[in-house]
Amino acid sequence: MTATPLFTEPEWDFSLLDRVYKAIEEIALGELKLDVYPNQIEVISSEQMLDAYSSLAMPLMYNHWSFGKLFAREEAMYRAGYSALAYEIVINSSPCISYLLEENSMTMQALVIAHAAFGHNHFFKNNYLFRQWTNAEGILDYLAFAKRYIMACEDRHGRDDVEAVLDSAHALMDQGVFRYRRPPRPSKERVLEKRRKRVEHEEEAYSELWRTLPAGVEPPVVSPAIDPEEDYSGEMKVPEENILYFLEKHSPALKPWQREMLRIVRNLSQYFYPQRQTKVMNEGCATFVHYTLMNALYDKGFITESSLLEFLHSHTSVVFQPEFDDRRYYGLNPYALGYGMMSDIKRICTEPTPEDRDWFPHIAGKGDWMDVLRDGWANYRDESFIEQFLSPKLMRDFRLFALFDKADEGAYKVSSIHNEAGYRRVRAALARQYDVGSADANIQVTGANLHSDRKLFIEHRMNRGVPLQVQSRELVCAHIERLWGHEVVFDEVLSDE
Amino acid sequence: MTQFIDRRLNPKGKSLANRQRFLRRARAQIREAVQKSLKDSAVADIGKNRKIKISSKGTREPRFRLDPKAGGERDFVLPGNKEFSPGDEIKKPRSGEDGGRGKQASDSGDGEDDFEFTMTQDEILDIFFEDLELPNLVRTTLKETPSRIWRRSGITTAGSPTQINLIRTMRNAFGRRIALKRPSVANLNLLVEQLDALEREEPQTEENRARIVALKEDIARANAKRKWIGFIDPIDVRYNAFTEQPVPTSQAVMFCLMDVSGSMGEREKDLAKRFYMLLHLFLKRRYERVDIVFIRHTHDAQEVDEQEFFYSRQSGGTIVSTALDKMLEIQKERYATADWNIYAAQASDGYTQSGDARRCVEMLNADIMPLCQYYAYIEILDEREMEVFASEDSGAELWRAYRTVADLWSNFATKRISKPADIFPVFRELFKKTEATS
Repeated sequence: MTATPLFTEPEWDFSLLDRVYKAIEEIALGELKLDVYPNQIEVISSEQMLDAYSSLAMPLMYNHWSFGKLFAREEAMYRAGYSALAYEIVINSSPCISYLLEENSMTMQALVIAHAAFGHNHFFKNNYLFRQWTNAEGILDYLAFAKRYIMACEDRHGRDDVEAVLDSAHALMDQGVFRYRRPPRPSKERVLEKRRKRVEHEEEAYSELWRTLPAGVEPPVVSPAIDPEEDYSGEMKVPEENILYFLEKHSPALKPWQREMLRIVRNLSQYFYPQRQTKVMNEGCATFVHYTLMNALYDKGFITESSLLEFLHSHTSVVFQPEFDDRRYYGLNPYALGYGMMSDIKRICTEPTPEDRDWFPHIAGKGDWMDVLRDGWANYRDESFIEQFLSPKLMRDFRLFALFDKADEGAYKVSSIHNEAGYRRVRAALARQYDVGSADANIQVTGANLHSDRKLFIEHRMNRGVPLQVQSRELVCAHIERLWGHEVVFDEVLSDE
Repeated sequence: MTQFIDRRLNPKGKSLANRQRFLRRARAQIREAVQKSLKDSAVADIGKNRKIKISSKGTREPRFRLDPKAGGERDFVLPGNKEFSPGDEIKKPRSGEDGGRGKQASDSGDGEDDFEFTMTQDEILDIFFEDLELPNLVRTTLKETPSRIWRRSGITTAGSPTQINLIRTMRNAFGRRIALKRPSVANLNLLVEQLDALEREEPQTEENRARIVALKEDIARANAKRKWIGFIDPIDVRYNAFTEQPVPTSQAVMFCLMDVSGSMGEREKDLAKRFYMLLHLFLKRRYERVDIVFIRHTHDAQEVDEQEFFYSRQSGGTIVSTALDKMLEIQKERYATADWNIYAAQASDGYTQSGDARRCVEMLNADIMPLCQYYAYIEILDEREMEVFASEDSGAELWRAYRTVADLWSNFATKRISKPADIFPVFRELFKKTEATS
């Protein structure tokens, strides 16, 4: 049974978008059994796309010069033709917002809807990291609050002071996440409630009478009720890996509004943390879903052969993986690796080889590949997914090989390659490479002399002896010192492991 | 529920606030870059968008980065193995020539690399003006697009009550009243008087009574007619019409005169260039077409192109009057005073052959000043000389001679400058004049 094609021309309009969306939705929910947040699809111009790029791809964001810098850079690159714009941006929120670029052809719009509104959306809604660490319903409200709050701070305390705090907080963004323990959920209501209370307290404590006192006479200080959340000299828990959190809670130098700003930056950083841990899976999931959906559309006759070719052209350039000695090589392409692994899982489920039966007895020949994939998308992150599912066949296809690098030697040593002896070791090395916890520097606050000279002690536990780049360490330490207000002692020690 | 939203019509420039913050942040680097870029660009190009390259110092965003080159060990995985087997060694690329992995290298070192972006005309001008310390009023007038004014453009039938053209309206009403034979007050009064006279007559004859009835009827008819045919009808009303028209602009020529003898160094030429740029900017705003003529002189004057004007050097003595001769010659040949507004800007270090200054003054007074809208002379000194010549009256020969010209002509300006901020006062007269006339 073939239907008449939904479109034959590259032009699109909103009613056509709607019909194509419905066709895709039917297959995605009915056949692939995807589970998604409601979709909100917005059509934007190229300038707005640049705008969105430069504010961390969020629909609203507080103002800071670094976003202006990013915009200027992206714009220069775009105008010069060095980089094409992304076809889409998608936001982990409920409703899930996807941006479509107005210049896309209808085929590209269909591709983007399949990729973002179903692929990414399903991943956001189901992956355990996102479920546990981000609050899709609250993020837009929280951003609106953050934008308003920071704007109010600029009005009240001056742009320079606000900028200084944000600069320092941004420098510590990577050190602003809880990696292991469950973070306290940043509930928007609580934030608003706290703010309201603060203002109320100020209003109550203010008395018109004090304005008439002669200069030099201090009004009596009304001591605020002590809120455990606000008690910054409270007991510290060290070591603490979340430096922004530690500074927010214990820095002797910060005013309440500055602490609130650190909290905002920290919450954002935490919000983005799952995305950093699931680059390969997230893009792989979206790419696999769009590939499957577009082919299903073609099989049912909803799109023409020429559309399919246009789509394949774009798809192959997205999943292109240059080799390491190619001029175009910028590291492993997460689209390529993710898509490769997921197609490979489908192959293992449907046409397993004896080797696959050896390596993946629990899924080889299982048949229902979507079930295996949905389970993978929900319960793994890059590191564990690679460790679990990277097959010898894919390692051969990518011709992966592992190198050992010792700083004081003049050459890399090839430690293992894609052969029987090396599969497991290459796979383990690759998985570790994607473990954000070990790829990032392990930096912790180990103590602070709160009651004497107020020194802050920070330690970098070097993973296999790799130190920090000296200049970056000094620059960031200067930012920590600014937020802490007193001397910071930085140590690099060898990790015990 | 799925929603489609068309955001394309949303207001643009969402990131403008961020851009302003960025420009403010990188102010020092941007200023340096703009100044350098102005130095290398043509006088007439000042008001254009341009690419600016700044070093990323000052807009650094440091993060903790690991540096595997400095110590320790690691494993990493690459795709695309062709010939390697376990145990093989690959020589490490030396830093600086890492080819394909260059991007990663510059990411970990925290980007001393340059940063290029485009600045708009307004942003460039802001920085240019800041150096010159232009007053705000002047800044805004220079940045404005050509002004437009409302001009009378005939008569219309629609408009606002304040624009009623009474004469036209009354004339129309009068014509209509005549055409429709509206009884005038005088006519009416005449009938009333006749009626009065008849009524007063004694004894009343039959004939009289009949006339009275007829007259009464006439009066009633006349009154009714006056009511139907208004004194002024809406169709009579006319309004003055106004339309917006651009201020008529014409053409101007700007003569740039400069002494290029050995004593004018790079700094002097750079200052002179800013001086010409400002004048050009000003003229461009007022005139539709602005020609620039570059005349350089040593002991002999030549018309040259801009490149040569600013960058080539000649040796020889200094005779300023040759440049004035050349200017007059070109003006006579190409720029008739009827069609062109003539502006001249002269830059020099103040030295000329003795006796030549007098000749210059004569030429200025007799031939040049009557032609010129404005003549600006700047003498470029270094800071030390600036102190020596603290008083307006003391100075080299040319300066003293030009002071006498300035006393005679109000559109002749002289000024000594040693830094960019000194330039604007030369033009103060010029800008004051536009304020008054506009």
